[in-house]
Amino acid sequence: MYEQIAFYLFSMLTVILFLITVMSKNVLYAMTSLASGMVLISGFFFILGAEFLGVVQLIVYVGAVMALYSFAMMFFDATRSIKEKNTSSALVFLLGGMSALVLVLMFAAPIFSENIQALYPMHPEAGNAQDVGIVLFTKYLIPFEVAAVMLLVAMIAGIILAGKKMDRSLTQDMSVDMEKEIMIQKDAK
Amino acid sequence: MIGLSHYLVVSALLFSIGLMGVLRRRNLLMLFFATEVMLNAVNIAFAAISHFYNDLTGQMFAFFIIAIAASEVAVGLGILIVLYKKQGSLDLDELTTMKG
Repeated sequence: MYEQIAFYLFSMLTVILFLITVMSKNVLYAMTSLASGMVLISGFFFILGAEFLGVVQLIVYVGAVMALYSFAMMFFDATRSIKEKNTSSALVFLLGGMSALVLVLMFAAPIFSENIQALYPMHPEAGNAQDVGIVLFTKYLIPFEVAAVMLLVAMIAGIILAGKKMDRSLTQDMSVDMEKEIMIQKDAK
Repeated sequence: MIGLSHYLVVSALLFSIGLMGVLRRRNLLMLFFATEVMLNAVNIAFAAISHFYNDLTGQMFAFFIIAIAASEVAVGLGILIVLYKKQGSLDLDELTTMKG
């Protein structure tokens, strides 16, 4: 009973919030609704018994990714509403609606799923976090390490792209500025 | 009773909302938001299948998707900042520099 109420509440609210994210002209409204929609998605994970995944969703998405977006919005003019030239809105709605229909039909169709067997069955007596830890550090150890290296590479890339020489433009040619300074010094002499 | 197809239908709806955003948006930051919506929709589907088949593989793939999304945001926002410094705008229509 409570599961049904929570499911319908969460699904309605996430659909509305993500529609605001997609439709809004203001960046701040879009970002706030995206963050609250992600909180509600972690609610889905808690209903489904994946507590560790829900906590990771809260920490990584709502904490880290949203903080990154809001820090990056310091560089952009966030208060100005975005002027977008939407040429053919009807076509986009038609394509989106058709893909939604096809996806819903695919997922709602009866699937021949009796042959699917659980590769790594859950142990309800152990708890979700312990179960996840055991499978993650035995069967998925190499993808875990590769993901760690990928996060390190992404961190270095983010620091180098955004953080180097914040006071001047990265992409303009620095040698031109140097030559100008040398010329000015020569003129002064 | 809430079954697997309920969760899959919600996931498909959210994915199509994100797809509509990707098709509709002209601002690059908003395009990033739409891709986040799509990634979250896929995560719901993985967690639901993992729950209803008593299998932990779906949750594992959801973890890796979260890690990939985090690194994608880090690199992508760095590129967006460099692009904004260079062009002064994030509009896709104004970034057509290769006019033939």
